[in-house]
Amino acid sequence: MRLRGSIGGDRSLTAAALKGRVLVVVAVVGAIGCRQDMHDQPKFIPLRPTDFFGDGRSERPLLEGTIARGHLRDDAAFYTGKGPDGKPLDTFPFAVTKEVIERGQDRFNVYCSPCHDRTGRGNGMVVRRGYRPPPSYHSDRLRQVPHGYIFDVITNGFGAMPDYAAQIPPEDRWAIVAYVRALQLSQNAALSDVPPEARAQLDQGGAR
Amino acid sequence: MSQIFHRSTNTFARITIFGAVFIVAFLTWALAELDRSAYATGATQAHDQPVPFSHAHHVGGIGIDCRYCHTTVESSSFANIPPTKTCMNCHSQIWNTSPTLEPVRASFRSGQSLEWTRVNDLPDFVYFNHSIHVDKGIGCESCHGRVDRMPLTWQENSLLMQWCLDCHRHPEKHVRPREFITTMGYVPAGDQEEIGRRLVKEYKIQDARVLTSCSTCHR
Repeated sequence: MRLRGSIGGDRSLTAAALKGRVLVVVAVVGAIGCRQDMHDQPKFIPLRPTDFFGDGRSERPLLEGTIARGHLRDDAAFYTGKGPDGKPLDTFPFAVTKEVIERGQDRFNVYCSPCHDRTGRGNGMVVRRGYRPPPSYHSDRLRQVPHGYIFDVITNGFGAMPDYAAQIPPEDRWAIVAYVRALQLSQNAALSDVPPEARAQLDQGGAR
Repeated sequence: MSQIFHRSTNTFARITIFGAVFIVAFLTWALAELDRSAYATGATQAHDQPVPFSHAHHVGGIGIDCRYCHTTVESSSFANIPPTKTCMNCHSQIWNTSPTLEPVRASFRSGQSLEWTRVNDLPDFVYFNHSIHVDKGIGCESCHGRVDRMPLTWQENSLLMQWCLDCHRHPEKHVRPREFITTMGYVPAGDQEEIGRRLVKEYKIQDARVLTSCSTCHR
């Protein structure tokens, strides 16, 4: 009964109310007609999903056995840090300059310091929140490991440490190795190791 | 013959003509404001995510650098949303029984992607490249705001073309030294305009004519 009553009420619409309703309908139809085709083009941008593949990813993994041009990685020393005998190398695959060490410092602070902390003592924030503490770099054992060993640990992980192969490109891994060496030296150096012309800086509170 | 309209209708006509101008102007203004409002652009609205990831905790609390997860921001147009493996670097041991993080562990076990809700979405007709901005001294914070204070991530700015152009016209007001790119709450060491002008020269930032050319962003 009530429903009927309301329908009956509609019949007595005034001209103004009718006009208002027509405007609303036009606006709604107009808004439906608004399409965002240019905003959302049928193309793949990074991480845009697709229905075409079962896993929903538009980016496809490399098929097994395929190698992209320039990605053969035939320079074993550079990519593995190991010599032909499978033993870690104690050389760098490229010349270590001040720029390389500074790059290493930058990358170390981004990727390594959360656990190893900025001095390499292994008391980073993530460790303080409960991660298994890594050993300090400043032990006789780690001071004596070859450069290639550190590169291999970054590349493949070691113990509780996950691998960083996906996050850090090989060149940056080597830069980090160089910086770790610099860190180790910095915590185990005598005044006589500092060049005489740089000693004044120490009195002023260190480099930079 | 007597006049059809009484004299008083003159006043009525004046008011309606005057009113029409202002009503139209007001409506135009109101629509323009609505179009730029946070309601229309989605700015400052936090999104629900499959895991309530908090930048405030990871960046503000722990102090993890943006690039730890957003690894390609310096080398690619896309800053990278980290794979589940990156989460598991820490969460294999920390909070590794938390029910909140179960979707992360499930994704790691199955290899199925976590499906995050996109927060910053530019229209497809805009070419945007993160690496060039980072390389020329535009900090993360300049566009993304104080991410270190976002419990859930939101889009900080309107991402309207006008907003892009504000900076493309006057980059010196926003550039910072490269070593402070990921710094949150960066305070310039001196006068921003003065430092900015020096950095614009040093980083060889193109002049406003090139930066505001259509094809710089629409190509």
